[in-house]
Amino acid sequence: MKTLQELQEIRDRMKSRVANRETADESDVRIVVGMATCGIAAGARPVLAAIGDEIESRKLTNVKVSQTGCIGICAYEPIVEVYVPNREKVTYVHMTPEKVGAVIARHIVNGSPVTEYTYSYAVANRGGNA
Amino acid sequence: MLERAHILVCGGTGCTSGNSKLIAEEFTRLLTENGLQNEVKLIMTGCFGLCAKGPIVVVYPEGAFYQHVKVENVAEIVSEHILKGRVVARLTNVEKDDDGANKSINETAFYKKQKRVVLRNCGIINPEDIDEYLAYDGYKAYEKAVTAMTQQEVIDCVKASGLRGRGGGGFSTGLKWQFARDSVADQKYVVCNADEGDPGAFMDRSLLEGDPHCVIEAMMIAGYAIGATKGYIYVRAEYPIAVERLNIAIAQARDYGILGDNAMGLGHAFDIELRLGAGAFVCGEETALLRSTEGKRGEPKQRPPFPAVKGLFEKPTLINNVETYGNITQIILNGPEWFAAMGTEKSKGTKVFALGGKIKNTGLVEIPMGTTLRTIIEEIGEGIPNGKRFKAAQTGGPSGGCIPAAYIDTKIDYDNLIALGSMMGSGGLIVMDEDNCMVDIAKFFLEFTVDESCGKCTPCRIGNKRLYEMLDKVTKGEATLEDLDKMEELCRYIKENSLCGLGQTAPNPVLSTLKYFRDEYVAHVRDRKCPAGVCKALISYKIIEDKCIGCGLCKRGCPVGAISGEIKKPHVIDPSKCIKCDACFAACKKNAISK
Repeated sequence: MKTLQELQEIRDRMKSRVANRETADESDVRIVVGMATCGIAAGARPVLAAIGDEIESRKLTNVKVSQTGCIGICAYEPIVEVYVPNREKVTYVHMTPEKVGAVIARHIVNGSPVTEYTYSYAVANRGGNA
Repeated sequence: MLERAHILVCGGTGCTSGNSKLIAEEFTRLLTENGLQNEVKLIMTGCFGLCAKGPIVVVYPEGAFYQHVKVENVAEIVSEHILKGRVVARLTNVEKDDDGANKSINETAFYKKQKRVVLRNCGIINPEDIDEYLAYDGYKAYEKAVTAMTQQEVIDCVKASGLRGRGGGGFSTGLKWQFARDSVADQKYVVCNADEGDPGAFMDRSLLEGDPHCVIEAMMIAGYAIGATKGYIYVRAEYPIAVERLNIAIAQARDYGILGDNAMGLGHAFDIELRLGAGAFVCGEETALLRSTEGKRGEPKQRPPFPAVKGLFEKPTLINNVETYGNITQIILNGPEWFAAMGTEKSKGTKVFALGGKIKNTGLVEIPMGTTLRTIIEEIGEGIPNGKRFKAAQTGGPSGGCIPAAYIDTKIDYDNLIALGSMMGSGGLIVMDEDNCMVDIAKFFLEFTVDESCGKCTPCRIGNKRLYEMLDKVTKGEATLEDLDKMEELCRYIKENSLCGLGQTAPNPVLSTLKYFRDEYVAHVRDRKCPAGVCKALISYKIIEDKCIGCGLCKRGCPVGAISGEIKKPHVIDPSKCIKCDACFAACKKNAISK
């Protein structure tokens, strides 16, 4: 026998799990992970999993995660692109599961991109870690 | 953890017959082989509606809509789409937007004009998992009804919505609930009529297969409103998938304490049992259905008393159709005003139609009441195949009639269809083109009702049989013009005097074709010709000498060796051997055969 509260808990838990069965509409934030061979080999899969976990635990309903093929800058994989409506796309490179938390917290939730993880930052500081 | 992709494989009857179970198994095998079983979820859903393009697989979050999927295609979808994130465009819908990109599902012609209220969860959730139903506000309507509304308020809400019975009659659902509530008895029953028997109709089946919990929840709400503790779903045994999913759903609901002596802990008892029909069409008639549910012979009886007064086991019984129940939870959750805002003045909400016959997109569509036939046929259905001309649409199955092409702009609702001599029926919509003979169509439906008449009353048992014999004479060119008048008279007699709905509506296909296509009847009778070239007794196959190139295709296709001729010379058909099977006509590429 489930109580009303237990049924509501199931609803809440399942809601986030079925959320990706709606295609993104224009007001949604889209996070796209490069999942071509190059991306996967560089470790895109744990990054994607970390993004999913982070969104689920923060109950972000307006964020849709999807995957894409090779973006063409394979040396910078794993790559994650973030599309916020009416803003320029931000491309994060050399992503790791550890970096995901910061991107979600600072960029998705608070609206300011994590500059030091972006492609343009990596290119400008090529001598460093690229 | 959260899965990164969901693969939805259609598990409706149509796609299942197209091997969708094997497709799902292949996905499971390949996902496991690639170590993806924990990050990609595979779900068998109910019907997506676009049965013509089945088997269908939808992959989210992209919403890629794969059509005509074969088991061999699965490996490519897994390796390209799931592993590398590249949608296999070749296998998806071909409709493009202005930028040349594939349109999303909801933008395609088939889905764009639809409004999915009853079918909202079909093709979205896994019908065998109660948790997925809960995710889409499942059992919240029951909670709301019992905790926030009195029994009378629930009934008033259904009344105010303007919902009318979706089984075909179109009686006010709220009034029906009121009658059942007003009857005083120690025991009442809630019954769901899932004995969907019209040829070509599969709305109820798809809803039960795709979202069984929404029917269960609605029956619980009805039980609360009228004061019943027991429900029965009378479903056809020929719907094995629907029966299986209902059984799973009932077991899961019992397990969660949603069905039982203290449903959801809210102090009301309600439980549901299934009853399987044995395939008699008459058992879709409510009094016959209740008899059959009791374990007796499925024969109708006189009304009144109506089931709301004296129904199952002589107790007050509320009986509604599957699709009617399918609307209830949404009316309770969103309010009657929301529902009444859809549709026409006297027909509110949406209606599900099983679109079939000569139409490109056969399948299941749900449209707001008041949508024109033209929108359904030309936009949602994408027209008639092979460039043929639309001739008529048959609604209401064997109880309904046809709507000729001249009325294609009719707004579909209960009253407009009755005015045209047809009826809403349960929702079969069969499209016919210039190659359909209307006399033959009438004969087809009447043959069905003659077979299915229970035999209890004379007008139906003998009247329809005689009517069928007259129609048969017409199709053989043996009738007279007086026979047509006699047929009309007999039709009226049968309608007025039959005991139940089956007999009262059986002559409708004949009457409506006589009304709109009398010239075709006259051609059969006076000219001994079948204009559409269907009625075998009235056609003979001939090869047109000037057009025949002597390719021999017809000769090879003929199963009885009735065609002779040398290569590159005109061939000849021997009429004494010809069985009029149409094989030569279909084989000829030069239109050199006339009939």
